[in-house]
Amino acid sequence: MLGCLAPHPPHVVYAENPEQNEPFSEGGWETLRWGYHMLARKLKEIDYDCIVVLTPHWQTYVGTHFLGLERFQNISVDPIFPNLFRFNHDITVDVEMAEAMHDAAAEAGIITKMMRNPDFRVDYGTIVSCHMLNPDWDKPIVTISSNRSTHYYSNEVMNEQATALGDAAMKAIEASGKKVVLVASHSLSHRHFVTEAPLPEDMSREHIYNHSQYVWDMKLIDMMRRGEMREVIDILPEMIEQTMAEAEGGGLTWMMAAMGMPDYPAEIYGYQSVIGTGNAIAVWDPNEATRQLVL
Amino acid sequence: MSEEPEIVLGLYVPPHPQPLLAPEQNEGWSRLREAFDTCRQRIEESDADLMLIYSTTWPSIVGHQIQAHPKPVFTHVDDDFHFLGSMPYEFHMDEEYAECYREACEARGLHARTVAYDGFPIDTGSVVALKLLNPDNRIPACIVSSNVYSNRAEQIVLGKAARDAMSTLGKKVVVVVVASLSNRMFTEHIDPADDRIHSAKDDEWNRKILEFFDNGRLEDISQLSRDIQGQIRVSKVVAYKPAWWMAATMGQHNNYDGEVLAYEALHGAGGAVIQLTPAKGGVGDKEFDEDDVEFYHGDRSVLDKGML
Repeated sequence: MLGCLAPHPPHVVYAENPEQNEPFSEGGWETLRWGYHMLARKLKEIDYDCIVVLTPHWQTYVGTHFLGLERFQNISVDPIFPNLFRFNHDITVDVEMAEAMHDAAAEAGIITKMMRNPDFRVDYGTIVSCHMLNPDWDKPIVTISSNRSTHYYSNEVMNEQATALGDAAMKAIEASGKKVVLVASHSLSHRHFVTEAPLPEDMSREHIYNHSQYVWDMKLIDMMRRGEMREVIDILPEMIEQTMAEAEGGGLTWMMAAMGMPDYPAEIYGYQSVIGTGNAIAVWDPNEATRQLVL
Repeated sequence: MSEEPEIVLGLYVPPHPQPLLAPEQNEGWSRLREAFDTCRQRIEESDADLMLIYSTTWPSIVGHQIQAHPKPVFTHVDDDFHFLGSMPYEFHMDEEYAECYREACEARGLHARTVAYDGFPIDTGSVVALKLLNPDNRIPACIVSSNVYSNRAEQIVLGKAARDAMSTLGKKVVVVVVASLSNRMFTEHIDPADDRIHSAKDDEWNRKILEFFDNGRLEDISQLSRDIQGQIRVSKVVAYKPAWWMAATMGQHNNYDGEVLAYEALHGAGGAVIQLTPAKGGVGDKEFDEDDVEFYHGDRSVLDKGML
């Protein structure tokens, strides 16, 4: 099991100009994209069976849902940035793994649902993170929805529930015998600018929304470098409160719980703002032999 | 350009897909569906030539987005209630109005843009409203998003810009707000037959709001928005905005004939179909403590001022 914090601003796919995406860009956000390139090369060297992603852009209020059909072919148009992201995708799902995770979560008392409507449109968070990690799309995925317990209860309740979901995921993965890459698809601080440059990839306009967000982002990254993930999860409710952090969706907490709250250093592949939000790419590699000091 | 736009009626309808996809599963959902059908008939009889929708289930970040695709076609599936079925649609949008609305927004200091992309994900609330209220695309429509960061001043200016564009084009308009009342759903799957409002408190507040609507007191509800947000709205966004927009768009007063056609639970949330018809006279205005606003000046940069 390997874990990736993999933010999903559609800007990075837009900047890559892959053939699947309709708009054309002149580039941009290289610090983040080059970090993703390094990580994608690492993943090419690793033997794994599927990617499991928890995405905050499939928002469910009635339990946690899992993609439950083998293939999804469609166009994904970002509702926020349709000018940047209109991506034609052909996604293969590891339904067996999804069902195993669903069943393990249900056994743990978590409200769950398999999503089996063939017309369902896979969210752009899943697509952006998975494309940047594996642009060949040669691994099946499992997508898990983000239950909005932060909205309904509190950041603390979210932490508890996402931890339970992560514990269940760990049991399902261990029982399956599969090698899995886990993905928490989100940024750190998450306050956006509400205007956009005429040329979105004009990097002279890009910066963090405010210094407070930056300080919080750096605090978390420092703790990740030191392997203090139990402590990170403990202060996450405060960070979410202060920075509107997208970890509110439960991705990081879920992934850390599934990995047993790593106490070893994270690999940091990059940090950059995108339309004001703070985005870090980080990896938790439990294999000391392949773990690197990247940045 | 006429000074006052001709708004024939305003509707407040819920965003949930149950009345469209599964009205037979619950008597309340069925009554909501009948109320939608009644509104559809009244719209057909109204001679309106534009349906303008403000949908709380279409969030935006970069300013305010306005749907301008002349014929959006897709099959929509709800994130939570996907098991109820798919919602194939083909709508007819009023591109001219969409562009005019954008220009009016910009003239009042708002950041706005039109969107016209094949496959753009029109939200559940808008799809439900358009399929039930305008099933044959008899009149062209337009949809405006709900910016997640916007608050009262911005919403009111957004509504006034909608009026500006109506006046400029001389449109005869049905205004539709797509929003729940209380918006806390049950967090578990329920037997549809067991649906009810999530809590007595939500129900009590919903009924108070409906009393205001029934008396045509739209501006009073607008002025109560912050209380409503604090009392019965799950804090997904910064504020309860639909009444601000609706009042600013239809006219910031209480001179309406109100009619609550249905009020029912939708997986615990409060769903109501309400009609407001502009009228002469009404219950009168109260003393309001929040200023009106004509132009949006953006962030006030208070952090950079008055440094200690």
